[in-house]
Amino acid sequence: MSEKNTFKVRKSWDTAILALLFSVWVLASFTTDNFLSSINVSQIFSNSSEILIMGFAMIFLIITGEIDLSIASILALSSAMLGWSYAAGAPIWLAILIAMAVGTACGFINGFLVTKLGLGSLAVTIGALALYRGIANGILGTNTINEFPDFWTSFGFDTFGKTFIPQTLPVIILFGLFFGLLLHNTAFGRRTLAIGQSPEAARFAGINVVRHKIIVFTFTGFMSGVAGVIYTFRFSTAQADNGIGLELLVISACLLGGVSIFGGVGTMWGLVAGVLLASSVESWLTLQEINAQWRTIVTGILLLISVAAPVMVDKYKRARATLANKA
Amino acid sequence: MANKGDLLLEMKDVKKRFGGAIALRGTNLSVRAGEIHALLGENGAGKSTMLKILAGVHEHDAGTITFGGAPFISGSPQASIDQGIAVIYQEPSLFLDLSLAENVFVGRQPKKGLAIDWKEAEAQARKLFNELGVELDPKRQARGLSIADQQVVEIAKALSMNASIILMDEPTAALSASEVERLMTVMRNLRAANKAVIFVSHRLDEVFAISDFITVMRDGATVSEKAISNTDLQTVIKEMVGRELTELFPKTDHPIGDVVLEVNDLTNPAYFRNVSFTVRKGEIVALAGLVGSGRSEIARSIFGVDSYETGSVKINNKPLKKNSPITAIAEKIALVPEDRRQQGLFMVAGVNRNISMESFDRLKGRIFLNFKKERALTNQWRENLSIKYADQSDPVDRLSGGNQQKTVLAKWLATDPDLLIVDEPTRGIDVGTKAEVHKLIDKAAGEGKAILMISSELPEVLGMADRIIVMREGRQVTELSRKEATQENVIAAATTGKKGI
Ligand SMILES: Nc1ncnc2c1ncn2[C@@H]1O[C@H](COP(=O)(O)OP(=O)(O)OP(=O)(O)O)[C@@H](O)[C@H]1O
Ligand SMILES: [Mg+2]
Repeated sequence: MSEKNTFKVRKSWDTAILALLFSVWVLASFTTDNFLSSINVSQIFSNSSEILIMGFAMIFLIITGEIDLSIASILALSSAMLGWSYAAGAPIWLAILIAMAVGTACGFINGFLVTKLGLGSLAVTIGALALYRGIANGILGTNTINEFPDFWTSFGFDTFGKTFIPQTLPVIILFGLFFGLLLHNTAFGRRTLAIGQSPEAARFAGINVVRHKIIVFTFTGFMSGVAGVIYTFRFSTAQADNGIGLELLVISACLLGGVSIFGGVGTMWGLVAGVLLASSVESWLTLQEINAQWRTIVTGILLLISVAAPVMVDKYKRARATLANKA
Repeated sequence: MANKGDLLLEMKDVKKRFGGAIALRGTNLSVRAGEIHALLGENGAGKSTMLKILAGVHEHDAGTITFGGAPFISGSPQASIDQGIAVIYQEPSLFLDLSLAENVFVGRQPKKGLAIDWKEAEAQARKLFNELGVELDPKRQARGLSIADQQVVEIAKALSMNASIILMDEPTAALSASEVERLMTVMRNLRAANKAVIFVSHRLDEVFAISDFITVMRDGATVSEKAISNTDLQTVIKEMVGRELTELFPKTDHPIGDVVLEVNDLTNPAYFRNVSFTVRKGEIVALAGLVGSGRSEIARSIFGVDSYETGSVKINNKPLKKNSPITAIAEKIALVPEDRRQQGLFMVAGVNRNISMESFDRLKGRIFLNFKKERALTNQWRENLSIKYADQSDPVDRLSGGNQQKTVLAKWLATDPDLLIVDEPTRGIDVGTKAEVHKLIDKAAGEGKAILMISSELPEVLGMADRIIVMREGRQVTELSRKEATQENVIAAATTGKKGI
C-alpha cells in the first residue's frame, strides 16, 4: 500500500513544484520592477551554479538510498588545492585538473568506506565533512588566494557579450544533459533507480550494488570538485571556508524537486525545478529588500516543508494501511 | 449473534474503478453465517478488490452493501473492524518482538486496575488457540513463527475482537501441505462457531475440500453463485475462464541433449548436504519435497545470490563462479524467485521497467535505451503471457497478484536463458493461466533450454517433469523418472525419506 501511495504523492508533487515555481515568477514580476530583468535572471542562474552542479550527481546518490554530507567540504578542498597549486606556480590548467582529481578521490574514498566496510553513509560522510574541511584549512590556513588569470575569473563571473547568459551556463547545461540522459535513458540510470527501490530485488537482478554505489559516490566527488573550481572563479577566491553549509542546500533542493529521501524515486528536471524555485524565492526576497536573516528563514521554511510534506503524507497513508492490515 | 444460515453479508451490483481501469463492473456476493464461502476467478477478476472494499481499504463507487442487517459503513479500516470484519493477509504483520498474547490483545489488553493483566491476557489467548484447535504458547515471541502460525495468531486476534466474518486472500499460497491441513481445521472450527469465512484461492482442490458455497467472478462481474453440492470442478473452471479447459498439463516430449547444468556434491550445512544432479538441454527436472526441505536454497546457491561451502556447479561444462549472480546471468542462467514482492520485482516501477530489466543490451542503441523497443518488448510479453494491466507504465504494485507473477516470468523469459530455474512458477496464478505457463515452460524446453523447477504442487511436478528429485531435510532422497513417479511414492519419499514403496 504505502509504496503505491508514495508514487501518487510524488506525481502530484512534481506538478505542485512546477505550479509553485510559476506562481513565484508571476507574483515576483508583479510585485517587483525588475524580477524578470535580464540581470536578475542571470543572477538567479549564477547563484544556482554550484547547487545545480553538485545536485546533478547527488540526486543519483539519494536515489540509491545513500547520501554524502561532505560535498561542501570537498568543494572547499578542491578550491584550496586550485588556489594553492596555482600560487605555487602550477599552470592554471594543471591546477584545475588537480582540483577536480582531488574531488574525485574524495568521492571514491567515501564510496569505498560506505560500501566495502559497510559503514552507514551518514556516519562516514559526517566524518569526511570534518576531515576534508580540515585538510583545506591545513593547506591554506586563514589565507585567501585571489589572483587568478582574467580569462578564468571572467568565465566565472561574466555573461556572454551584452546578453544575460552567464558564461558558466553552457557548462552547467552540458553537465545537466549528461547526467539527465544518464539517469533517464541508460541502463546505468535504470539500475540506480532499481537499487533504491529494492536492494534485495536488485541483487536478484544481478546488479553489482557495491560497485554501482562506489561509482555514484565518485561522480559526486568529481562534481563537487567541478563546483569547487566554478566557485573559486566566480568569487575569485580560494579559501578554506568556501561553500560552508552548501550540502544542506543541495540535499534540500533534491528533496524539493521530488527526490525521495528513502530512495528509488527522482527526476532530473524535478531537481532543476527545485533549485530554481529556491533561488527564485531568494532573489524575490532580495529585490523586496527583505533583509538577509529573513531570507534565510524563509528559504529554510521552504526546505523544511519539502522534507516534511512527503514524509507526513506518506506516514498518514502508512498509518491507514497498517490499520487495514491489523483489521 | 447470528444464527447459522442467516444472511450476514450482501453485496449487490458493486462497482469500482481505479482511474481508467474498471476493477468491478457489478458484482454480487451473499454470505451466510457459519459458511465457508469461496470467491474464485482468474487473475485480475477483482477478488482482492472485493475484499479490500470490505476491509475499508477501498471505497466502492456504486452498489449496495448490507452487513449484519444494516448498511455497511465503507471506506475506513477502523469502521470495518468495529463492524466485525477481519482480514487475514497472505503475509501477516505481527509485532515480532511481542509475545503472542500481546499480539492478540495489542491495544486492548485486559486490565487489573491500571496495570495490564498479563495472566488474564495469556489465559484468554490460550483459550482462543484451543478453540481454533492449535497448540501455540501465548508467552512465546512472535519472531521465528512460521507464516502459517502467524496466520493463526491473526485469526485468534480477529476472534478476540468479535469478528463475525473473516476474509482470507490466498492464505494457503505459501503454506506446506500439512500447514494447509491445519488451516482447514481452523476454518472448520470457525464455521462451527458460526463465523463466516470468505476464502480466495487458486488451488481448486482445497476449495472443493472445504467450501460450502462458491461465487465465481469473471472480469469484475459475478458469473455464478452456487452451493458446493450444485457444482463441480469442471463447471467452476469453465465459469472462471469462460471456455472449456481440456489439457491442464500439456507436456510434450522433446529430444534431450547435452548436460547444461551439473551440480556436484553441493553442501551448505545449514540448508542442504551432498546434492548432486544434472539437467540436460530440453529436459525439465523438478525438485520436489516439503516447504523447508532446502530446494529454494539450492536454486539460490546455483544462481549465486546465496553461497555454498563445498561442492561445485558447472554450466555448459564450464565451472561457474560461486556467489555471483552477475556471472550466472552472463552464463545465461535465469532464476524466477519464490518471493516475487521482495526478490522478483521492483514494486513501484512500471510493468515495462520490470520486464526490460534484464534485456538492456537488446534495448540499447549505441548508448541510450530505446523506449520504442522497450514498449514493443513489453507488448510482446503481454501477449505471450496474457498479462493484464491498464497502462504499461503502471507500477506493478497495482497489478493483481497473478499478473505480478507473470511479469517476473516475462522478465526472465525475455533473456532467452540456457538454464531456467523457476521456484514455484505458478504461485497465485489462476487455472487457465497455469496451463499457459506450463505450456510456456514446455515450449522453452522444446527450444532446448534446460529447466529446473521447484514446486510444492504435486500435480504440477508430476505433469511437467521428465525427472523428479525428491528432497527431504536438505538431502536428496531419491530420483524418479517420469514413468516411475506417482503421487504416492513422491509423497512417501518427501515425508519419510524412504525410497519408494
Ligand atoms: N490500486 C489499484 N490501482 C489501479 N488498478 C488496480 C488497483 N488495484 C487493483 N487494480 C486492478 O483491478 C483489477 C482487479 O484486481 P484484483 O487485485 O482485485 O484481482 P484478483 O482477482 O485479486 O487477482 P489475483 O488472482 O491475480 O490476485 C486488476 O485489473 C488490477 O490491475
Ligand atoms: Mg488477488
